[in-house]
Amino acid sequence: MNADTLLFVVAPYVALTLAIVVSVLRWRRHPFSVSALSSQLLESKKLFWGTVPFHWGISLILVGHFLALITPRSIELWNGEPIRLYLLELTGLALALWAGFGLAVLIYRRVTQARIRAVTSPMDVVVLSVIFVQIVTGIWIAVGYRYGSFWGTSVFVPYVRSLLVFQPEPELVAALPHVLKAHVIAFWTFLALFPFTRLVHIVTVPIGYLTRPWQRVVRLQRERWVYHPGSPRPIRKNR
Amino acid sequence: MKVRAQMSMLFHLDKCIGCHTCSVACKNIWTDRQGAEYMWWNNVETRPGTGYPTGWEDQEHYEGGWKRDEKGRLKLTLHSKAKGLGRLFFNPALPKLDDYYEPFTFRYGDLFDAEDGTQQPTAMPISMVTGESIDIETGPNWDDDLGGSNIYARNDISLEGVDPAVRAQMEEIERVVFNYLPRICNHCLNPACVGACPSGAIYKRGEDGVVLVNEDKCRAWRMCVAACPYKKVYYNWSAGKSEKCILCFPRLETGQAPACAHSCVGRIRYMGVLLYDADLIEETAGAPEEELLQAQLDAILDPWDEDVVIAAEAAGIEDDWIQSARKSPIWKFVKEWGLAFPLHAEYRTVAMMFYIPPLSPIVSTVEQELIRLDLPPDQTDFELFDSIDKARLPIKYLANLFSVGDEDAIKRVLRKMLAVRIYKRRQSVDGVIDEATLALLEEAGTNPEEVEEIYRLTTLPKMHERFVLPPYHREQGIEAQGDPLARKGVAGLGYLDPPVRGA
Repeated sequence: MNADTLLFVVAPYVALTLAIVVSVLRWRRHPFSVSALSSQLLESKKLFWGTVPFHWGISLILVGHFLALITPRSIELWNGEPIRLYLLELTGLALALWAGFGLAVLIYRRVTQARIRAVTSPMDVVVLSVIFVQIVTGIWIAVGYRYGSFWGTSVFVPYVRSLLVFQPEPELVAALPHVLKAHVIAFWTFLALFPFTRLVHIVTVPIGYLTRPWQRVVRLQRERWVYHPGSPRPIRKNR
Repeated sequence: MKVRAQMSMLFHLDKCIGCHTCSVACKNIWTDRQGAEYMWWNNVETRPGTGYPTGWEDQEHYEGGWKRDEKGRLKLTLHSKAKGLGRLFFNPALPKLDDYYEPFTFRYGDLFDAEDGTQQPTAMPISMVTGESIDIETGPNWDDDLGGSNIYARNDISLEGVDPAVRAQMEEIERVVFNYLPRICNHCLNPACVGACPSGAIYKRGEDGVVLVNEDKCRAWRMCVAACPYKKVYYNWSAGKSEKCILCFPRLETGQAPACAHSCVGRIRYMGVLLYDADLIEETAGAPEEELLQAQLDAILDPWDEDVVIAAEAAGIEDDWIQSARKSPIWKFVKEWGLAFPLHAEYRTVAMMFYIPPLSPIVSTVEQELIRLDLPPDQTDFELFDSIDKARLPIKYLANLFSVGDEDAIKRVLRKMLAVRIYKRRQSVDGVIDEATLALLEEAGTNPEEVEEIYRLTTLPKMHERFVLPPYHREQGIEAQGDPLARKGVAGLGYLDPPVRGA
């Protein structure tokens, strides 16, 4: 097994397995530990400049990557006109810079604010580092290896799909420049870390809130049938 | 009619001496943990004052509670559901730690470990968040007894509408006036924290109405903290979970009053069951402002009413709960005697903790319309009774706190309480009740029998009269999950997740 197999075949499968299995186990066995671990209570001003750009930027970029993965045709069609390609690339780059700025603020805040240091675990440092590498390599690629949305659909998309159908083709990415490989490897690292860190909060986005009623009333007792004094038949009771 | 039961508490503010025993009892049981040091599920505020967290009543700033829009629909003040999701990453309405206070302790070890020197060693204050030295700038009751202060009392938002001349007088050194306001979670019928929780982690218990956070489902979106207009949901900065008053439900389930109520030195707290109509909640909470107070009182059902009893039984409320509701001191004070109101009904959460507004300190002088001191003693009572709107604690202020600004409602309560006082004084000091006193009782809308009852429950109640707690039938609750006898054998065993911060 050479390094490429390790990094681009074994690593992704290990990461994916960890991400799914450990997340489910953690969710079911240690639900208390699943939390976004907000620190807004402790420090709010710097957080605003960090968390808003970072979360929106990174979320939109993730959506873009995901869209390319599930419908690469749509991206290709969109890029049919050069002006639309420029627009997409520019938007992506702007979002990445925005997210990068947010992340820089978050890291600065975590380092300089005593209150935030008090709630910083070693894993937080690891998570921030991995995401930092991810964003920096992403920006680097967007600037240095234009136009990713154009060639990406014929390089990264087939690679990820080959993994998902269990016919891995590591050679698709193995020959790429180091920065691009780093971007890929950082993602598998991210995925492997996911279930062990606060990153799990990503899958807890409470979409169900949109449909649930405003109020929740929970009874411990279930309905049951009882003989009420004086009634010939059992009647249903809400407990 | 969908009848539900609610465990409710009543605070007789006339009896509160502001000793904070309730707060300390609560703290020792529930919030003596890392991340919870700054939380006071029960706190006692000096009013007029800015309270804890500072200025919590300013809903323009904190966006708590519900509001009624132009079309008469009930809306959460904090957000629509979509906006709530949009503000997951950052919620500008969330109070900061400094709005409460930075929890502190002292480096006591220095007292023992200090090197020999010319000065006494001191225990310096340190933050319980960072462990570093801090200057203590505020605390949970920093304005304790500071009635009339121009930092705290003057900034009380509930003083709005009080005559400027009266307000100026309240700040004068010998005219300072204040009362105490103990607060816990109101365990509302229409809780804003439940409505705001994106995860659906907060719920109201069907059997007794206690509002709880399911810590396993809480994901630290912390919308509840902002949405609660009373600021009685707190974010544990260490565990990354929201926490709040649980009305000591483990104690209630074993027939004990909550720790705050049980430990109350002034015996100001009463507990009992109220029955309410769950179908009416939305209508009640959405009532126009001028009908709001009455609508909330009307939502409480009469446990003596045949129809209510039938509906309650159909809804699965046990007979002993209905019996308990009939003996409930809350029912008596709130509905039979009409002496108590919820705090800030205008927040539209339909709060279920009730307050008897305090009578002012009786004497003062009347210069420019304030009460005279030099009245003949036999006249004082009556004189006060007639000019209660010039009481030292402005009626308008009490109305802003307890009756959505309705001064007449407050006057009715205070008159009745004064009538009780006058009647009992005539009875015990003079030995005779004259015609004037009886006329005064009638004017206050009461009668000698009722006065005796109010007097008894106010001043002489035994523990079991103050806390009328229904049996919880936990054995039946367990039935739903398995055999109670088998459960009895295994209770206490099993693996519990320690409540520590996740990675």
